[in-house]
Amino acid sequence: MSALLVIDRLRVRFDSRDVLRALSLEVAAGELVALMAPSGAGKTTALRAVAALQPFDEGRIVVDGFALLPGPVPPEARLVSLRRRVGLVFQGHALFDHLSALDNVTLALRHVLGKSRADADAVAQRLLDSLEVGARASAWPRQLSGGEAQRVAIARALAPDPALLLMDEPTAALDPARRTALGATLRGLCEQGRGLLVATHDAEFARAHADRVLTLGT
Amino acid sequence: MVSLALGILTALAVQHPTARVLVWGGDAEGGAPFVEADPADPSQVRGFDVEVADRIARGLGRTTRFVQVQWSSIDQSVERGDFALGLSGVEDTPARRARHAATLPYFEFREVLAVRPEEAARIHGLIDLRGRRVATLGATIAYDLLVRARDSTGLIPVSYDDDVHPYGDLVTGRVDAVLLDHIIAQRALRRRGGFGFLILAQPVAVGHYVGVLARADSALRDSVDAVLREAMRDGSLEQIFRRWRVWDPTQGVLFDAVLRSSMTARPAGTAPVVQAIAYLPPLARAAAVTALVSVLSMMLAVLVGLALASGRLYGSGWLRALTTVYIEVIRGTPLLLQLFVIYYGLAGVIRLPAFLAAILGLGLNYAAYEAEIYRGALLAVPRAQLEAGRTLGLSEGQILRLVRGPQALRYALAPMTNDFVALLKDSALVSVITVVELTKQTAIYATNVGSWIVPGALCAVVYLAMSLPLARLARRLEQRWGGRAP
Repeated sequence: MSALLVIDRLRVRFDSRDVLRALSLEVAAGELVALMAPSGAGKTTALRAVAALQPFDEGRIVVDGFALLPGPVPPEARLVSLRRRVGLVFQGHALFDHLSALDNVTLALRHVLGKSRADADAVAQRLLDSLEVGARASAWPRQLSGGEAQRVAIARALAPDPALLLMDEPTAALDPARRTALGATLRGLCEQGRGLLVATHDAEFARAHADRVLTLGT
Repeated sequence: MVSLALGILTALAVQHPTARVLVWGGDAEGGAPFVEADPADPSQVRGFDVEVADRIARGLGRTTRFVQVQWSSIDQSVERGDFALGLSGVEDTPARRARHAATLPYFEFREVLAVRPEEAARIHGLIDLRGRRVATLGATIAYDLLVRARDSTGLIPVSYDDDVHPYGDLVTGRVDAVLLDHIIAQRALRRRGGFGFLILAQPVAVGHYVGVLARADSALRDSVDAVLREAMRDGSLEQIFRRWRVWDPTQGVLFDAVLRSSMTARPAGTAPVVQAIAYLPPLARAAAVTALVSVLSMMLAVLVGLALASGRLYGSGWLRALTTVYIEVIRGTPLLLQLFVIYYGLAGVIRLPAFLAAILGLGLNYAAYEAEIYRGALLAVPRAQLEAGRTLGLSEGQILRLVRGPQALRYALAPMTNDFVALLKDSALVSVITVVELTKQTAIYATNVGSWIVPGALCAVVYLAMSLPLARLARRLEQRWGGRAP
């Protein structure tokens, strides 16, 4: 089984200080990999480099055949096929404040994939339903609880149907019951054949739900 | 500013009056032959009104001191004691006579029409000017004549703040005729070397110049009247007028009538009795002009402001530099100057109608302020929102249109509303390029009734009726969005 994501000796420097040095990892389809490290150890930076939001200095990143090389982040026009392959759930969710939960999800469906309003609404509603947040489709982001907002954010990231989903500190604001529910949700995504790379400092969550746990800085 | 300072100084002087000095006020900007700065010594004034004041002072056994005052403010200034006597081509009107102590008439002027030479054969009076633009000085008998002619003959009155630009605009075709005192018309024609326009021989109306004193000063007024009669009798007034080449036989007829009948008042036959109610329709019209100018200027400001802000944030190096220069130049120079440049300065290249020039001037000025609001608002949108858009595969343009723009709008709405309220009030400045809006109409009204109290209150009410709902809207928007960053 070929890897969905290959990170090969990744090095990122901020002001001549190494934030990441020689990070290598692989994520296969259907696999949940936890990237463990204390806060500030470069987990987020690694995810941002994979999502092409962050340039890196050395190494190589290959996502489902699409290679990113050291140097500045390429212009968006050259990242179109990468964007279809990778979804990112931000730590603070970064939901679009001016759009309803449903429209947060339909935005990419309509404007990137070119679906009609009706088709996009149907797909988005199904996604929200599958994440058990369908009843909140018409709510504004500020009306959602932390757990609801997270599931809307996952639905938004899944809308372009990416093979690889990146998640940054997903358990940061969740109580234990919610953490277990999230674990089940993520396992469900793996069963759909997606690869998941989850950056977390929550060792318990990582051990309970990940196929593999990689610890940074050791 | 200067006249304010002079006013304060003079008011102080009046509190400790030196009985030997007659403090009189006039407008040296009005120019020769009335009152002008002496080219040989610009600190001194000269003109026939200056000599009339000297003659009056001599008759009263006093010396004179001149106070500069804006022509349209002479009545208000004399009433609040800035000076004892106002003289500067002040017209005799029933309203002025009712509100202040006016002297007997000392000069008879004719309201004459000036037209372009090629039209002189067709135009013989106001009746021939249906649908045409006729310029004059605001708040004068001539302006009242034009406003009434608007209703009867359908001409379009155009009000100016000075008596030089109307003739320039007549020659360039911006207006089709000018109605003003024959002295002013003849002076304008001399300045142009006798070319550019013709003065029609048949006057539209006849009026008189008087001196104006505070209402409570009727005793001094009676003394001034006595001196004026004496000056008519002994020929000294005639000598003054001859020296300034404004003497003609009608002045002799006026002097005879004054001396024979010992008349004190013969106001211009055509001036109406001023009533507040008569000013309501023009005020409503002017309020509509203010609203229309403000709304259209704001729309222009928003569009240009958006373009400028985008250029500053997304543009290439030279575009960024260009937009920055535009914004700094516009914000660093007075709006008044910009209006003059657009209307008069560009007249040689493109002759913009006044209304369009007003909208352009206000709109392009406010665009600079809008641009900075939009730039700040766009920069205030959190980076994570933009990155979320990128990870979804949206292009930069789509992110601006679908994510950054709509979110920035929430930050921008409250300051934009505040700007619109400011623009509403700044729109009063466009009266300098002949657009009669609310403040200008109020000034005309106030000058004619001789008091600012009722017109000022009315005007304030109308402005507040327009701006208060907007201010409330701004506060509501601020409460809803301002304190809560996404």
